[in-house]
Amino acid sequence: MEPKLFVDPSISKVILLVGTIKGAFLISSDANREKWQVSGPHFPGRVVYAMAYDNRAGRQRLWASSTHFAFGPMLHSSDDFGRTWTNPESAPIKFPESAGQSVAQIWQIVPGGPLEHEKLYCGVEPAALFESKDAGSTWSLVQGLFDHPHRPRWEPGGGGLCLHTIVVNPANPQSLLVAISTGGVYRTDDGGQTWSARNSGVTAGFMPNSYPEFGQCVHKVARSAQPDRLYLQNHGGLFRSDDGGDHWQDIANGVPSDFGFPMVAHPRDPDTAYVFPLETEMRVSPHGELLVYRTRDAGASWQPLGTGFPEELSYETVLRDGMAADTLDLAGLYLGTRSGKVYGSADEGDTWRQIADGLPAVTCVKTAVL
Amino acid sequence: MTVHLPGLLRDHTGGQATVEIACPATTAAEALAALWQAYPGLRDRIVNEQGEIRQHVNIFINEDNIRDQGGYSAPVPSGAAITIVPAVSGG
Repeated sequence: MEPKLFVDPSISKVILLVGTIKGAFLISSDANREKWQVSGPHFPGRVVYAMAYDNRAGRQRLWASSTHFAFGPMLHSSDDFGRTWTNPESAPIKFPESAGQSVAQIWQIVPGGPLEHEKLYCGVEPAALFESKDAGSTWSLVQGLFDHPHRPRWEPGGGGLCLHTIVVNPANPQSLLVAISTGGVYRTDDGGQTWSARNSGVTAGFMPNSYPEFGQCVHKVARSAQPDRLYLQNHGGLFRSDDGGDHWQDIANGVPSDFGFPMVAHPRDPDTAYVFPLETEMRVSPHGELLVYRTRDAGASWQPLGTGFPEELSYETVLRDGMAADTLDLAGLYLGTRSGKVYGSADEGDTWRQIADGLPAVTCVKTAVL
Repeated sequence: MTVHLPGLLRDHTGGQATVEIACPATTAAEALAALWQAYPGLRDRIVNEQGEIRQHVNIFINEDNIRDQGGYSAPVPSGAAITIVPAVSGG
């Protein structure tokens, strides 16, 4: 089967932006989300850790980071749904020479909130945050976080010392939350000038003090439809905050494992969130059973969702950016595995179908709703 | 001098696999500076923002890897051929 190389927006409603260890794929469908068309590979042979869609201010722009094992990381955008991608002469995301660092990977690309149409953020390894104030034309290091006195004491996790999560606050452009492995959660309330660790209640079971100020290995944070409510998947532990990250409470109630990577919040219901629990030693779906867990009561309880997943043994891993929701009503939910499978649900997780198979290991799944 | 480039870098040389640089370079540093000037898109692919040659990029002057010849101070004989290649890898 010869895949298409780009998406036709005239017949597409939802596009999955799927990054893999050997390139990116765009997988599109109409609003029914039953039949899917795979296009790609884009950036063949390169690792794609981060993708994003920016539909603010009339744009329809895809973003992707690529890293070639020899020639390093690069940031690309496409205004024609993957028909062409930018390939800038000069790397847009790079440390100033005075920083003494060089970008190894771009882990995250996130458009700013609805009140800041031109703002974009990138999180990188080694852990640092970059911002653009002109819709991605130019970028600069967020010096306030880079200069944080904790930074020299952040330690790399298994994936490297990376800033992998950026959570904008749609109600307050001055407030931004990031997560670092391993550093934990940090928040600014003054547009990035100053930052404070926001890990109160989040465990670090691998440290002598299980509740340090910082140093947690936070895997993912998701903001719910109620801006002050956040959900957090930790390296061991599920947590919720109802005050924007000031305090966190344990919500691992009824999951087979509190270890996992992704955390996805429902686009409209602040009580609903999704996780993909992993057995802690193999870091695969427990008992070889592919299951997503959903809470409808803000973490008081979690229910397994498996209808439509394979019934045979499935020792699958979903990485931190490997699960995402769309914004349609009913919300769609999608996940990509390290075995190169992509599954989707068009009914908020109740039933699932396989969308793609045979892809390289999936690193990220993001959604674009046209 | 003559510079040979791998396929992935040819987007930044107008598709050319080999480029000629008119430059009286006597060291690798001078030769690469002239290459950046002629083809600016090559720089960030070959060196990082600290100016270090990326770990898995090899630069040969004739048949010698500059890492074995003093790095940036490696001598560039008159009429040398420079070959830039990614390290071999698998998987």
